[in-house]
Amino acid sequence: MLSVLALIYIYPFLVQVATSFKSDAEATADPISLIPQTWTLAAYELLFTRSDFPLWSMNSAIVTIFVTLGRVFFVSLAGYALARLQFRGRALIFALVVGVMAVPGVVLLIPKFLVLNQLGLYDSYAGMILPLLVDAAGVFIMKNFFESIPVSIEEQARIDGAGPFRVFWSVVLPMARPALITIIILSFQGSWNELNHFIVSTQSPELTTLTKGVASLASGQLSQGNQFPIKLAAAAIMTIPVAVMFLVFQKRILNTAEGALKG
Amino acid sequence: MSAPTRPRAGSSAIRRGEGLAGWIFTAPVIIILGVFLLIPVLMALWVSFSDWNGRGSPLSPRVGFVGLENYAAVTTGGGLTERNFGIALRNNAWYVFLVVPLQTILSLFLAVLVSRAILRGRGFFRTAFYFPSVTSSVAITVLWLFLFNKDGVVNEVLSWIGINGPNWFRDPRGIVHIALGNVGPLAGPDFLVQNGFLGISWWEWLAGPSVAMTAFILMAVFTTSGTFMLLFIAALVNVGVELGEAGMMDGANGWQRFWHITFPQLRPTLFTVLTLGLIGCWQVFDQIYTGTQGGPAKTTVTPAFLSYQSAFLNQDWGQGAAIAFILFLIIIVFALFQRWVLRDRPVSKRRARQYQVKSTSRVAAPVLVKGSKP
Repeated sequence: MLSVLALIYIYPFLVQVATSFKSDAEATADPISLIPQTWTLAAYELLFTRSDFPLWSMNSAIVTIFVTLGRVFFVSLAGYALARLQFRGRALIFALVVGVMAVPGVVLLIPKFLVLNQLGLYDSYAGMILPLLVDAAGVFIMKNFFESIPVSIEEQARIDGAGPFRVFWSVVLPMARPALITIIILSFQGSWNELNHFIVSTQSPELTTLTKGVASLASGQLSQGNQFPIKLAAAAIMTIPVAVMFLVFQKRILNTAEGALKG
Repeated sequence: MSAPTRPRAGSSAIRRGEGLAGWIFTAPVIIILGVFLLIPVLMALWVSFSDWNGRGSPLSPRVGFVGLENYAAVTTGGGLTERNFGIALRNNAWYVFLVVPLQTILSLFLAVLVSRAILRGRGFFRTAFYFPSVTSSVAITVLWLFLFNKDGVVNEVLSWIGINGPNWFRDPRGIVHIALGNVGPLAGPDFLVQNGFLGISWWEWLAGPSVAMTAFILMAVFTTSGTFMLLFIAALVNVGVELGEAGMMDGANGWQRFWHITFPQLRPTLFTVLTLGLIGCWQVFDQIYTGTQGGPAKTTVTPAFLSYQSAFLNQDWGQGAAIAFILFLIIIVFALFQRWVLRDRPVSKRRARQYQVKSTSRVAAPVLVKGSKP
């Protein structure tokens, strides 16, 4: 029973990889086999030498790196302040963060475009990266984590005269590795897989990301010739970074989702 | 969440400067959330009440206030706009109606299967079921277009059992209509055909999701069941085995034990899963954008996609924004409704107590449902 279910979940990915090594004709004639009759790298060759695929990959990589670095820093900074520092307005800020989490992303398509346009950030790396730099759920996760660390650890540093940033940076942050890894995974996955923000924040071909590029591959040519090997190869390559991330941090990812519920 | 630890008496000197630090530390988050979330939403709200045509700034004095005109065009206009919105709502309602229960049942089922203590290779199965959830919606859609194409894998498998599969992503027929067509001639009764809501007849409302939308429905179930499975696994761990063992002593069979003992304790998780599912399902966009762009015959248009289409492709910004806010309202109403339906009722507690009374007090203590916060 379980094995049949597992097969249903895994098979599509296996057939995807297999098809990317098939010829166009074979992909259509024999979609189901896992071993191509004639192996060909034509799909990959075309993607890498005669399409914008490398450019898309680079754009995705740039955005993902900046977003992930930014998020880890900003989100943990805010999480620490909300968990530990006593200051006026803290409750209000926290309420804002929680409230923002409730706004459905799709409602933001038009709003994001409007404000990026107004600020002159439309169609720029800044417009792609800045709005993703911060994530309310991340603040929430970090705040919860910092609250679980005993205060006594910071007190010594504070008595020694370290300022809040110093305490944060050299005492608390190094202890937060598990939570930081969670944030890294979430923002890596989130920004690498992000589509609709890039649809509304860019238009020029030079700024196309993998998600946008592959989506145009998929929808643009649905009617003329299938070209399945190319599309599937593109989708497969796009999946590799998150797949690697997933396999490396498997334990943590599978527990993160559970932890998210336990709060 | 535990309350933040208050400073001890006497440490106020050390705490000096924290106010400033607090604001500096949270400033990036406040600024970015404010500039790219709060202000934009307010701006879009303004646009939904205006006749802005996409040129210049929506805040310039040349842009006029039109009141509820955009909302009216979408909901009562009587024209194509209203009909398009009706179709989008119909499509998405069926999507929600099928995806939410299916993904919830499947993920719970997977969780129960995977968490059985005797099972070997548990990690492998969890990985297999969760993997689709980490993959981007674009990549999965591309894969789906291949699997469900006319000569694709799915139809080949169906042909093994003698079914001639449809041309999935090009078939606009509603599945309820198809099913009815198999029984008799396909024509709706007059009172359903002649009356309607939002510019489409009741008969069209009842058509069911199109075959194309059904492929998206299956895809949604495939990609989200893994995530929700993890939530259920976590909840099952908290349930513990003692109460179940007590039930076993009382002679309850496996199904009875699951339904009367385990399931009531999963209520908070169930609420989370249903709510997240519902919110997610009303926002289908990526898949439609990548896969069908709303076709065939508009049967995969969703309000989210329609909002995008109206604004960015047809330059009807006011209507696009109005659709987005109506969608927002729908999501809120559904979430509240769900909360109300699933509120804790005394009945279920009494039912749980029946078992606790029969078992010894030793059993009851550790299995009280742990408060789980989403």
